Amino acid sequence: MKRYGFHIDTVNCSGCKTCQVACQDKNDLEPGLIWRKVIDIEGGKWHDDGGVFSEYPFAYHISMACNHCSDPLCVQSCPTQAMHVTDIGTVDIDQDKCIGCGYCTWACPYDAPRLNHRSGRMSKCDLCYDKIINNENPSCVDACPMRALDFGDIDVLREKYGDTRTIFPLASPELTEPNIIIRPHKDSLKASGRNSLIANREEL
Amino acid sequence: MQEKNKDISLFRSRIDRRNFVKWSSLATGTLLGPGVLVSCDNKSQEIIDPVREERIIRTGCPAHNCGGKCLLKVYVQNGIITRIETDDRQKDDISDPQLRACIRGRSYRKRQYHPDRLKYPLVRTGERGEGKFRKISWDTAYDIMYSKISGVIEKYGNSAIHVPYGTGSYTNTNGRWPAARLMNLLGGSLGFYNSYSWACINIATPTIFGTLETGNQRQDWMNSRYILMWGWNPAEMKDGTNSDYFIRKARENGARVVCIDPRMSPSAVALADEWIPVRPGTDVAFMSAMAWVIINEKLTDNEFINKCCSGFDKSNMPEGYENEESYRDYILGTMDGIPKTPEWAEKITAVPAATIRRIAIEYASTKPAILYQGYGMQRRAYGEQVVRAGATLAAMTGNIGIPGGWASGLANQAGGGPFWTVFPSRSNPVKGTIPVYLWTEAVLRGKELGPEHGLRGADKLDNNIKLIWSVASNILVNQHGNINRTIKILKDPDLLEFIIVQDNFMTPSAKYADLVLPVCTQFETWGIEDGWKYGEEVFITPKIVEPPFETKSDYRICADLAKRFGVYDKFTEGGRDEKDWVAWFVDEIYRKTRFPDMPPFRKFAAGNAGVYTKPVYEPKIALEEFTQNPRKYPLNTPSGKIEIFSIELFKAGQPDEIPPVAKYIREWDNPFDEKAEIFPLQAMGHHYNPRVHSTHDNNEWTMNAFPQRVFINPADASERGIKDGDLVKIWNERGAMILKCRITRRIMPGVIDIPQGAWYDPDEEGVDRGGNVNILTSERWTPFARGNAQHTIMVDIEKA
Repeated sequence: MKRYGFHIDTVNCSGCKTCQVACQDKNDLEPGLIWRKVIDIEGGKWHDDGGVFSEYPFAYHISMACNHCSDPLCVQSCPTQAMHVTDIGTVDIDQDKCIGCGYCTWACPYDAPRLNHRSGRMSKCDLCYDKIINNENPSCVDACPMRALDFGDIDVLREKYGDTRTIFPLASPELTEPNIIIRPHKDSLKASGRNSLIANREEL
Repeated sequence: MQEKNKDISLFRSRIDRRNFVKWSSLATGTLLGPGVLVSCDNKSQEIIDPVREERIIRTGCPAHNCGGKCLLKVYVQNGIITRIETDDRQKDDISDPQLRACIRGRSYRKRQYHPDRLKYPLVRTGERGEGKFRKISWDTAYDIMYSKISGVIEKYGNSAIHVPYGTGSYTNTNGRWPAARLMNLLGGSLGFYNSYSWACINIATPTIFGTLETGNQRQDWMNSRYILMWGWNPAEMKDGTNSDYFIRKARENGARVVCIDPRMSPSAVALADEWIPVRPGTDVAFMSAMAWVIINEKLTDNEFINKCCSGFDKSNMPEGYENEESYRDYILGTMDGIPKTPEWAEKITAVPAATIRRIAIEYASTKPAILYQGYGMQRRAYGEQVVRAGATLAAMTGNIGIPGGWASGLANQAGGGPFWTVFPSRSNPVKGTIPVYLWTEAVLRGKELGPEHGLRGADKLDNNIKLIWSVASNILVNQHGNINRTIKILKDPDLLEFIIVQDNFMTPSAKYADLVLPVCTQFETWGIEDGWKYGEEVFITPKIVEPPFETKSDYRICADLAKRFGVYDKFTEGGRDEKDWVAWFVDEIYRKTRFPDMPPFRKFAAGNAGVYTKPVYEPKIALEEFTQNPRKYPLNTPSGKIEIFSIELFKAGQPDEIPPVAKYIREWDNPFDEKAEIFPLQAMGHHYNPRVHSTHDNNEWTMNAFPQRVFINPADASERGIKDGDLVKIWNERGAMILKCRITRRIMPGVIDIPQGAWYDPDEEGVDRGGNVNILTSERWTPFARGNAQHTIMVDIEKA
């Protein structure tokens, strides 16, 4: 089956969250409910050399929604079969079947499914299904002021951008086979669990 | 009370397309109560399929002085905005890139349909600042305005009235310009010059170049090989839509980009190859040491200096000033005995000498190079110096007037660039104008102000300010330095007899008004927006939805008031409404000046393009004529050359604070002297992604994405036992606030960051809970530009 995916350019992502809000606006999401989020990674350290700083930390941003994985753990973990793979290969939630139990969130290594408190059911990025069946890009992609997001047939994107599917602190791609390609920020190569962390947890 | 609840139900935060039918019944007026101006078209109830009735309108993003101008594609169903997208023009190349809106524009529905929108005219019932008001009719509101304005004119004269600086609305028909026009028809009011954004750079740039037009068109950045983003953060504060994207493109074209900033800004992360943190307020020390290296490494462009500059060294001094201190003298320490070496600067800036040396050599030897000055560092105690020092580096390396170079300074776009305002305010019969930051002084002691305080156009003022008519402005309280001092002034009815505020919301400034008038948003009236500092485009902003409740445009309010004063015909030029004015702007201004090929208004509006753009294929280069032939095209400076040594500043006669060559001057609040023992941390208030100054502070989408926090380095936090997310108290001699903290490595040790623009929200003890940095800032102004120095702050912080 043809799969759609995102190219996420962390070199050029400024973390401005225009993608996040474009998604909220398009999908009428209540404040507090976000389907696309931007993770701020901070790493490295300051070295104070008698009032002079000889070493500085680093940072980078990762914009992430649902990765519409080819081996979606959320689908496997859903007790009601609400979470499913659609006819065009995206992962979506049948709102009539969902009971809002949240197992999908526990299973998803990317924290994509979110409880919609108003409906009491789970919700997440549907890849702007209504747009892509009309050959349009998802809202987030066309929103990016830095043109750091791209979208399309994942095989075509792989030919164009390569096949890096993870950087710190994202999960190993073998887990779910996410349909994403990451362009790694130069400083992401230095990042590890020992020297880096997610700095904006309260915003996620 | 019941009526109020109904209003809130209409303007609750969520407009849901799925609830569309319910909405359409609300919009028919059945639940609205009297006097509501929203659509009363009963037919709307018949609409069953909302998709079929969807209208898509292209418009300029509501302009709030963000520094950019973007295109929105607004979806409207039955009079309600249901979705906002952005520029979708197919072509997206560097000559005419898409004008993609940022987080603020994309989240506009949460502002547009905010339950707290002002709905009716209100008159104060409690104390000023207490926030107690009573609803009145527009008739009564106009009666009050008429009697107060004419009363003050009669009792004191026109110069006792002030329509303050305000940039909350920038579509010409919404904003302060209509009020200024009306006042000018009524005999004038006390005017001002300069701005809160660019006071020092606006005044200092002409002392070097004799002009503000020192910026190449941005497409030329592709020609640069080296870009120093000095305190410049276009990814967050914009400074021209696409400026961040242009830097990306320049970098892909081979330019090395270095960002110098106390904060690892979004621009430092996403646009730069290297980030160098510098202690706030010490940029000139860094620049001076760069000059020392460039001189000692013999990397100066001597041919350019001799041909185009004045005051670089002994041989280059203007006639009559040969024995004064040249720039080279200052740098080498010939007269003051202090060579401005990288080692000297290291102790001041916290930047290693080796780094300073390397950056100096890179900048001077990788030609053409750009040193782009951000504006934050000129909103400081001696903000004039950093502007002059940056431009001096550009001059001594010959990076001026060439493709890929950059003169520095304010950098208005070569070739004229955008018009800031086209609404004709007419000339002000009151001749004296004050520096904008001194308005509180003019309230306290206007009659004592003279040219020594920067008063222009008159030797003295006849009056103190007695009446303020504030339109689309939040400077009365929120954006001015030292809030505790300002509110004391505002509270005193003997000083200010009357305060009028027009706005969309009950802002901290509006709470101090005697009369508050509800204004519609820019989606609710016709307007026009030019590009900003940059850009070859103009937007029209049609009226997309009806003004709700009793809101009106700023223009309409002024036109109605003009009737009371008997000047309606003059004010409206024979009855023009907002749309008529926009037609006039397009047909009589834009088509006759900036864009002769733009279609006539009628055709353009019908086309629903929203924006007219002119692609730039051959970017214009600022100061090119001059640098190629300085004799034939001298600059408008006393020497006709680039004044590294300024004759004008020499004549100011205050060499300690206004030196004729750019110097590092230790700020009056700094981390180096005794006072730092009490207040050891420097604070800064950067322009934050979720807001445009104070606009959008109540927008849940933007503020959930970027909550208001004080950002602290882990070292400063752990020294004080502060953990991430703790409530902390921040204070100095001027005031205090309690705010949640974010511990981050992205701010340098010794510096905290409280993003500017949050709404002042005092508790019973007067401690601000809203996170407004101006509770800590000073009203003190800079020596030459008389500009705001609101980033020069020392504080301490502890766990609350």
